Formats: sequence, C-alpha cells, structure tokens
Amino acid sequence: MDTIFRPYIPSSGQRSDRSAGDRLRHREKVREAIRGNIADIIAEESIIGKDNNRIVKVPIRGVKEYRFVYGENAPGVGQGGDGEVKPGQVVSQGKDGGKGHQAGDQPGTDYYETEVSLDELVEVMFEDLELPDLDRKNLREMEVERMFRQQGYRKKGVRVRLDKKRTARSRIKRKKASLRAGVTLHRDNRFPFHKDDLRYHHVVTEMRRQSNAVVLCIMDTSGSMDTMKKYLARSSFFLLYRFLCTRYQNVEIVFIAHHTEAQEVTEDEFFHKGESGGTLISSGYNKALDIVHERYHPSLWNVYAFHCSDGDNFDSDNEAALKAAKELTQVCNLFGYGEIKPLGAGYYGSTMIQYFSQITEPNFQTVQIQRKEDIWPSFKIFLSKDRVRDDAA
Amino acid sequence: MAAPYSIDDLQRWNRQIVELVEKFGLDPYPQEFEICDHEETLSYMVYSGMPSHYPHWSYGKSFEKLKTLYDYGLSGLPYEMVINSNPSIAYLMRDNTLALQVLTIAHVYGHNDFFKNNFTFKTTRANYTIETFKAHANRVRHYVEDPSIGLERVETILDAAHALSLQCRRNLAIRKRSEAEQREDKLEESKPSRDAFQSIHRRKEWVPPDLAKVPPYPEEDILLFIRDHNPQLAEWQKDLLTIVHEQAQYFIPQIETKIMNEGWASFWHKRILDSAGLPQGMQLEFIVRHNQVLSPHPGSLNPYHVGMKVWEDIERRWKDPNSKEEAEFGPKKKSARDKLFEVREVERDSSFLRRYLTEELVRELNLFEYQQRGNDKVVSRVADEENWQRIKDTLIQSVGTGTIPVIAVDDADYNSNRALFLKHAHDGRDLQLEYAEKTLQYLRQLWGREVVLETLINGKKNHLHFGENRLTIKPVH
Repeated sequence: MDTIFRPYIPSSGQRSDRSAGDRLRHREKVREAIRGNIADIIAEESIIGKDNNRIVKVPIRGVKEYRFVYGENAPGVGQGGDGEVKPGQVVSQGKDGGKGHQAGDQPGTDYYETEVSLDELVEVMFEDLELPDLDRKNLREMEVERMFRQQGYRKKGVRVRLDKKRTARSRIKRKKASLRAGVTLHRDNRFPFHKDDLRYHHVVTEMRRQSNAVVLCIMDTSGSMDTMKKYLARSSFFLLYRFLCTRYQNVEIVFIAHHTEAQEVTEDEFFHKGESGGTLISSGYNKALDIVHERYHPSLWNVYAFHCSDGDNFDSDNEAALKAAKELTQVCNLFGYGEIKPLGAGYYGSTMIQYFSQITEPNFQTVQIQRKEDIWPSFKIFLSKDRVRDDAA
Repeated sequence: MAAPYSIDDLQRWNRQIVELVEKFGLDPYPQEFEICDHEETLSYMVYSGMPSHYPHWSYGKSFEKLKTLYDYGLSGLPYEMVINSNPSIAYLMRDNTLALQVLTIAHVYGHNDFFKNNFTFKTTRANYTIETFKAHANRVRHYVEDPSIGLERVETILDAAHALSLQCRRNLAIRKRSEAEQREDKLEESKPSRDAFQSIHRRKEWVPPDLAKVPPYPEEDILLFIRDHNPQLAEWQKDLLTIVHEQAQYFIPQIETKIMNEGWASFWHKRILDSAGLPQGMQLEFIVRHNQVLSPHPGSLNPYHVGMKVWEDIERRWKDPNSKEEAEFGPKKKSARDKLFEVREVERDSSFLRRYLTEELVRELNLFEYQQRGNDKVVSRVADEENWQRIKDTLIQSVGTGTIPVIAVDDADYNSNRALFLKHAHDGRDLQLEYAEKTLQYLRQLWGREVVLETLINGKKNHLHFGENRLTIKPVH
C-alpha cells in the first residue's frame, strides 16, 4: 500500500486563509447584531472617558444557528471523575466542555460574547443615531490642537529632527566655497561632513491655555431612569465627551448624581444607581459649582456642564435652580440642559425648559430629547453656541 | 519553527505502522497525509477537513470561535483529522513532535479502516467525496456570483436549509421507497388481512386508503420534501436544498458512530504502537499523550474513553470470558478478532452500546445521568444496581442522531390550505421552544405558507403554528 505524504508548503498560506470571506461575512452579521442591541450596550457599558482601544464585551444574540433541539427536560449522561458522584450533585461544567459535540448541541453553546473595540462601538452608535456623514466627518477631522510647531532651522538639535536634505546641501555649499578658496581635497576626493553642515528643524512648543477641559455630567438619578432614558442620557454625555476630546489635549470628566442632594460618583454608579424620592436640581448645580471652584478653576480649565433630567423638580426649588444655573453659566464655556422625555412617557409633571427660558446668557442651551433621533440635532444646536462664543472670544 | 523530524522519518514510521495494520487484519483505504500549520489546521476543522467547501458565514463564526479558544489556550488542536474518502486524507500538524505524529498516523488508520468497513458509511460514496464537495462549492459560488441571485439570497436559503439539514432519514442503509412505491404499500396495507375463518366471519369492509395524501407516509427528509413539493422555488433554490441535504447525509454516519469510531481508532493505535517497538523517549511521550486523549472528562462524556473501553471489553469477553459470562452467553463461537471485526461492520453507536455496554462497564466508567438546570447539570441517577439500566438507556437515547428530535412531514395540505403539518415523535424530551420557533420560521420561509408542528409541551399536546410572521401555540384537546 502506498502512502502519500504531502510536505508543508509555506506558500500554501493563501489557502489557509480561505475562511477570510466567511469571517468577514460573520463580522458583518455581528455588527448587525450589535446595532440591534446598541441601546442596551451603551446603557450598560462604562464607556465614557475610556480610551479607544478598550475592548468591550458584547453578548451576541443575533448570530445563533437555530435548529430543532431538545429542551431542558432531556437528560444526558456524563462520566464522573475519581470521586463518587451523588444524586443531586451539581456537576459544574464549561459550556463547551467535552469533545465530539456535533449536531444537536445544547442550545446554550450558541451563546457567546464577542469583543468589540470602543472605536467600533462608537462607529456603530454614530450609524445608529444616523449622524449625517458630513457632520460626522467634521467631528472627526476637527483639527487637534498641536503642541509642537516647526519654526526654521538650527545648527544644533536632536538626531530625530535632522533635516538630511538641508544638511547635504550645506555640505555642498561648503565644498564649493572651499574649492573656490583653493583648498585641496583629500587624495581620494572625499569631502566629509562637518558638524557645521548639520541642520535641524527647530520646533517650538506652543503653550495653549485652552488645552484642558472638564466635562461635568450632572444627572437626575430618580428611579424613573429606564434603559431608554439611560441610553439617551449616556449618548448625549458620550457625544459631548468625544467631541471635546477632539478639541482639547486633556479632557477630564466628573459625574454628579443628584436627587434631593448631590454627590460625585463613578460612571458606573452614575448610570446604575437608581434613587427615588424628590428632586432638587439646585443641589446638583451647587455641587458642580463647588467642584469647579475647588478643582477646575475657569482661568485654567474650559468647563462644560451638561445636565440631564426628566424635568420633574420641586416647585420650591425652581428659584434656587435658576440662580445656580445662572452662576454656572458664569464659570462654564457652555452649559446645557437636556430634558429627557421619551415618547410615550407622557408629559407628566413640570418641565424645566420653560422655566429656564428666563436665562438669557448666550452660553446656555436647553434641548429636549424624546428619542435617539433627537440627540444629534440637539447636540449640534448645543455646540453651535460654543462656536459663537469661540468666535467672539 | 523547524520540525525536529523529516518526511523520511514519517515515511519510515508509516511503513512500520502499515505493516502492523496489515498484520492485524485492518483493511483501510489508501492513505494520504498532509502536513499543515496551525492556521491551516483550524481552517480545515471549520470546513470538516474538506479541501473545497462552499462559503457560508457560519464557517467564519466557527473559525473565530476555534481561533479564540486556541489563542487563549483554552483548547488545543486535534491531533488528527481524517476525511472519509477514498483515498482517505488526513492532516498532521507540523508543530507536533515526532511521537505525536506517529501516534496520529496509527490512529488515522483506525478511522480509515472504520470508514471503509462500517455499514453506515456504505452510502457515503467515498470515491467521490472530494469531487462532490468541490462541485457543491462551485455551484454555490456560481449562484453567489450570479447578478440575478447574489450573496444575500443564497445566504437566506442556506441559513434556513442549515437549520433543517439534520431533519432527515437516519438509517441510510435502508433504501428509501419512492412516493409511487409508498402508495402501493399503502394500498397493500389497506387490504384486509387473510382470515383463516373467512367462511364464518363476516367479511371486513375494505376502506380504500387516501392515495391523494401527500406524503403517503410521514416523511423525514424535510429539505427534499420541500424541494419536491413547493412549486414556488426556483431551480437554484432547489439546488441549494439538495446540496445542503447531500452534505448532511454524508455526515450522518459520522454522527451515528462517533463513540465506536473514536474508540476503534484509539483501540488500534494503542495496539499498533505497543507492537511497534518505539524507542524509550517516544514510548514515554506516547503513553502521556495516549492517557490525555483517553482520560474521562468528568461531567461530560469522552467518546474516546467510552468507546475504547467497550471495544476492549468485547475483546476480553471473547478471548477470555469469566465463568459467569460463559454461563450467560454460552461457549464462544468466534475468535475475539473476528468478533471485533464483525461488530465494527454491523453496529452503530446506539446498537453498539445497547449490546456491549454491560452493567460492570457502566460502573467502571462511573456513568451517571443528569438533568439540565439552567447552566448546571444536576446528577439525577448514579450507576447503582437499580439505575444502571436507566443510565444506559438515556445514554443510548442521546448518542448519535439521538440528540436530534425526530420530526416528520405528515401532511402537505393541512386544513386543505396547503399548510405544512409536521409531527414530532415525542419520546419524553420536549423541544427547546425558542429554537423551535426560529426553526419553524425558517421552515415557513422555505415552504412559503403556514407550518404547523405537533408536539408535547409538559405532557400536553400542542400545535405550534407559524403563520405570517409569528408563532402561536395552541393546545390540542
């Protein structure tokens, strides 16, 4: 009997990648699934203020392969280890344990998490919010303030800034001059570089006062913030943060949760803590003011504040809230109030938007967010204010 | 990484192994080995080892999954992958050590021999495996590239067809009767049986069978049934159903004989390498690897382990039965070797276990029965005197195609409305409803009209209707 052995051929690497097309297609399916669950994902994941390479684990429910399988009342047979197995004992086992799983797998094995980079998630979110392409481009291509600028050339510098072309040229100049002056070359016609030939880019560091920004996220954490409201609020804060990152070197973020009193919290607590009871908006604003005065003095920091609420405030607090809001506009580049009233939630209770219409400061802006489609337009309105101020400044 | 062995080494060991294979009386197809790197190996795994296979995103999914598990070290790569084809093709991973390659080569011959001789594989047309898969791949690619069809529409059919691909006949050794023959059978069946006392009995009235009913008998090949009875399907759609069906049929025997097959290959690689005179270093590594492959996986079932134990037990009982066994089974009529070869040829996992998994083995293998509770398995029966038979029965029920619910088309014109009526042959195990719903949706899509599935839910008969775009569950009284 003849047996054939085919040796390994490295060039057959091409063939080994024949799953590339299928992988790509699967990737697309995963993306669709993510888009389907984006509200949940954004509402559940801590993503604001995290760096782009962060990997987010997303449970995927959209790419299961369905077939007829038995449910939970189908018993199975397993093997015990060395120890004795007793009835009632729970046999812990990884989902995918055991070899030889083929057809008719338990459905559980089809659940899996996929990993997505935050950048990819943002991309999907931008798609989901249907941010128009042009605007999206604007947002992304916004020039980041440069810290270093080239300015002329110097004879001294560090190696990496060596300008080879200019260096070579000055050597040639020196050579011509030397020849004219009647200097004889070495016998092998060499004319070596001299350290005076070296030319370096001169780089000046631009100190920009505006390179620090802080985002104050203030949120009403009354118990009524459901997944959709969280998604809307989080998307707004997130867009703001992302946008400011493109304009400033250093963006810090502060989360303030308030009901009748305010406290600074982590992102996680910010979105997951539900409190009930009444709402005193002024408490959140005063807390923000305290923090600004303590840590982010407006002479050193660009302060952006954004407050999300469903607009239910104690009437008695309205005056105080108005006063605090006015004070905030004094220290902030921009102060926005977003009122989240998802469609179908009904216009119960009061709305602060009307009340805040008394504030005439140009850097104050209110927006109303009813559904995710509202986020981008209101966000644009919000930022157009910022541009006005920038131009004026 | 330079492999610490050459092709010549492999050739030399292979010759030695082949000699032993012949000496032991194994009868494999000609064998071809291909040396691969790990990427290729992963890729082959995804496409069931086939050099050519049609594209579908699910293969991309399993690649990602395997690669992730592999990259994180959660799972290794299989030592062997063998294709049931003539000549048989197997892959050897380049980075494995020589001892592991030798072990794999011996193991491969076991599988190869099993493919060639077990009755369930007789229908797989091993001579044409590679060509068939290639032809399928070409046809599917052709449809994908056809501007009037395209990827999306091909994918839609493939997704639905994959969901139903294993809803097919399982015992392929029995010839399928054509619909015309089935009608004749039906007519034959309807005639009153011969009665020895005809003269004194009143004559039974002959009820003519409904020969117009489609299908005459419940039909398990769902994809083929839809292909042949849905006039709305275009030729390319019918062809895709045929392709998916044919490929599923090709793999059914492998599903049906997993335990036997892995056990058989392990049994023989051990035998062969024990006689091959391995140098000491290799011998030690061989023992370590062998034990890794053959160790039980506590909590689940290692088919290598269970299979090999049963084969060894058969050999022992026919070679050297103890007095109790001799009393029970009578004097042996066959040599142990002949018995092994006979079993290899005529059984599949379910019959193999039913006949040869003894009470002693159930105990020795420490088998237990469990019930699923969420993500946990809760032990419900352990192998004591009362329960070992139940455990064995449960095992038999859940090996091979036993894990696939039996669902057959009962009527293609249900309620005189061309709705498709299917019956689930309920055996105590309920369907997983989320999966049933989604699968019925696929069925609805392929059939083009309402589909109804009759099944039991918590012991009550229910009809699962999949209408326009949603499922309704109606209890049947």
